Amino acid sequence: MVKKKFIIFLFLFINFFGNCFSQTEPYSKLENDIAKNLRCLICQGQSIYDSNSEFALSMRIYIKDQIDNGYSESQIYNMLVKKYGQWIVYDPGYSKKTFLLWFIPILFFILGGAIIYLKIYKSKKYEKFF
Amino acid sequence: MIKDKIYSPEFKNEKTTYLPDFSLPELYSSDEIRLSEVISNKEFSLVNIWASWCVPCREENDVLKSLSSLSSLQIIGINYKDRKTNSIKFLNDYGNPFNYNLVDNDGTESINLGAYGVPETFLINKNKKILIKIIGPINNDHVKNIREIING
Repeated sequence: MVKKKFIIFLFLFINFFGNCFSQTEPYSKLENDIAKNLRCLICQGQSIYDSNSEFALSMRIYIKDQIDNGYSESQIYNMLVKKYGQWIVYDPGYSKKTFLLWFIPILFFILGGAIIYLKIYKSKKYEKFF
Repeated sequence: MIKDKIYSPEFKNEKTTYLPDFSLPELYSSDEIRLSEVISNKEFSLVNIWASWCVPCREENDVLKSLSSLSSLQIIGINYKDRKTNSIKFLNDYGNPFNYNLVDNDGTESINLGAYGVPETFLINKNKKILIKIIGPINNDHVKNIREIING
């Protein structure tokens, strides 16, 4: 009997919180996606999506307003970059300032490949030599 | 010391050196006030974002009061995410240095201005050009700087 009650209680408990959660999701998928790509400037290291700071909460309303005004995702990023700089977006655009950021990984990849290739090539030569 | 860790954007880009126009309700009368309408009153305007729950704003209030005596400067306050009763109590307790007090309830207009939160201050001229942007409370060096600019 106690077991039965416990199971009923457990089901109610789970459903209750399930309902609560589904009702407190006020943001659309697009709003969440944009919020995930923006850095919270007050609590650096967190995204706007993760953060609960006043700045992040205002930013979420701002994003919502801009979507309602008919701006696209990339237009919203551009607007915010103009106001706060490249730092606010997790994915920095390609520009003169971020040139090295994009170029260095490719450079290292080519350089690493070249080193490996030269090593193998050299060692083969070495074998031939003997 | 903490201030050094706050990221502040550089204002090299021409597009970001002008404050966008905005319209917000006044604290006492709730009348919509547009920045471009009141900006021509004085040669310079100090736009200060504040809140009654913001502790550094209390100290800053004294600094703003000392600046409010300057004849060519008007101080426009933006009350950031605050309750009306609390903000009025704050102004009664600490004094009101503001020529206009506008209310930004959800904080979106502050984001539109490129602000981080409270306190934050912009010194602008009649053309809405940002002459100084101060993130965090105003200190004596800032006051000196503001006075130098205003006195030419």
